[in-house]
Amino acid sequence: MSSDHNDEGRRDFLMVAAGSFAAVGAAGALWPLVDQMNPDASAKALASIEVDLSPIKEGQAVTVMWRGKPIFIRKRTAEEIKEAVSADSTDMRDPQVDGERAQKPEWLVLIGICTHLGCIPRGQSTGDVQGDFGGWFCPCHGSHYDTSGRIRKGPAPTNLEVPPYAFISDTKIKIG
Amino acid sequence: MSDHSSSYVPSNGFTRWLDERLPIIRLMYDSFIVFPTPRNLNYLWTFGGILTFCLMAQIITGIVIAMHFVPHGDHAFASVEHLMRDVNWGDLIRYTHAVGASMFFAAAYIHLFRGLYYGSYKSPREIIWIFGVVILLLMIITAFMGYSLVWGQMSFWAVTVITNLFTAIPIVGESITQWIWGGYSVGDPTLNRLFSLHYLFPFIIAALVGLHIWALHVVGSNNPTGVEVKTKSDTIPFFPFYVIKDGFMVVVFMLLFSWFVFYAPNYLGHSDNFIEANPLQTPPHIVPEWYFLPFYAILRAIPDKLFGVIAMVAAIVVLFVIPWLDTSKIKSVSKRPLFMPFFWLFVITCLALGYLGAKAPEGYFLLASQLFTAYYFIFFIVIMPVIGLIETPKELPDSITEAVEGKSGKEGASS
Repeated sequence: MSSDHNDEGRRDFLMVAAGSFAAVGAAGALWPLVDQMNPDASAKALASIEVDLSPIKEGQAVTVMWRGKPIFIRKRTAEEIKEAVSADSTDMRDPQVDGERAQKPEWLVLIGICTHLGCIPRGQSTGDVQGDFGGWFCPCHGSHYDTSGRIRKGPAPTNLEVPPYAFISDTKIKIG
Repeated sequence: MSDHSSSYVPSNGFTRWLDERLPIIRLMYDSFIVFPTPRNLNYLWTFGGILTFCLMAQIITGIVIAMHFVPHGDHAFASVEHLMRDVNWGDLIRYTHAVGASMFFAAAYIHLFRGLYYGSYKSPREIIWIFGVVILLLMIITAFMGYSLVWGQMSFWAVTVITNLFTAIPIVGESITQWIWGGYSVGDPTLNRLFSLHYLFPFIIAALVGLHIWALHVVGSNNPTGVEVKTKSDTIPFFPFYVIKDGFMVVVFMLLFSWFVFYAPNYLGHSDNFIEANPLQTPPHIVPEWYFLPFYAILRAIPDKLFGVIAMVAAIVVLFVIPWLDTSKIKSVSKRPLFMPFFWLFVITCLALGYLGAKAPEGYFLLASQLFTAYYFIFFIVIMPVIGLIETPKELPDSITEAVEGKSGKEGASS
């Protein structure tokens, strides 16, 4: 009878050990089922693109697709650059100076997605409403961005994002 | 109720044989034939039956639509139009499914407000209520996913805006959103998984409806007086009385349903969804389907992105805890004169939020949505607990029988 007490301890140990083993196994089996939903290899393969800037004239803007998102590329006029730089010291929601946002002052490269709820702001084509600050205007909930893509008015929490990009020559950039 | 012994008697050799092995006929007989139901239920109690009809209609039409739908970013929109134009009866089946979603929500909201008004969430029916809220939550997710499958402009941008809500989560928001998308933006992988889950969820809802009804049949139905069943004379059998009453209302409901399907199938939809999804152009004004408008109004009433999302989620989550927020022992609002005006103000609040959800959140509209959002939460968090403690309710009848027939003796005899 004295062995009963020992048996109980052994049984508890076996229960906990078996339970833990099953839990670890279940978690291991679950991970592939969860991870399969992440961006797949074909989506990642398109993760960087090269854009030739030579046909873009001053004051003109083009939209290219990168990772399914619109990328706004604008060759800014001297006036637009001046406006953006002179606004550097004004009070903004997401303070950033223009120099941090453009590698070369005349080229502004932005992810064209409103940081509020993901709409596409207007202001790329000539004749579009560009908002109170001459940059972009989001029609969904009324966010105004300036000529540096910074949020100046409306509900968006942050500036239009600058994607990772690098100049591979004077007239060519690689995004991503 | 659970404690009543079964009165089912198998009528022949086969049913006797079956009953000893799988008493499924006994279960049906006890649950839907002789089941003792309060004798005083009004027409608001027919919406449970109506909702069962709605779920079945959605599943049947949905299975048929899935035979023609192509869950691919390049073909989804065209396959829906193909269903509408080329498939025999395709337009009828699709409109029934689309209008059916609206009818489902209309019935669910009436059912929910019935429960709120008559205190059907109170002890001992908390579990029934909680399952009801889970079902509502799954209905919201299912309807949203189904709407996205059309892959029109409004579908696409609704998915974009709603999945972007997850980016409001600090630190991991971006990764979660990409995990949901299966890419770096809403696209083909997103559409595919939404289709897979849209097919799955109705069956989960059906299982939860089973639990909802099971829990209901353990404690029995609430009734307009809020007085629990005490004697056999308080009840009548479910068949034929409530089968007929529910059946009649299902037919009335189908009349309204058919009117929309045949005469105004697109009245509740948005014309922008007849334009194929274009990831490079956002429609000037994004509006959800009408049944989401109150929640959308709450989202936009709060100028901060994260807190807007939290408020919208909280608007549903708060429903889970109202059995414990309401301190009153009295079930029916009709017996609670002090609480009643606050209740109706809450109903008006929900309707007003629905109206404001379709308006641009600017100026007075924004201010109004903020005031109504505030009342939405004050009603649950402040008014429900406080009024229950300070009010003097009206006198309750001794029993359901007394409420129906008057006090036995004087009033009963004189009438």
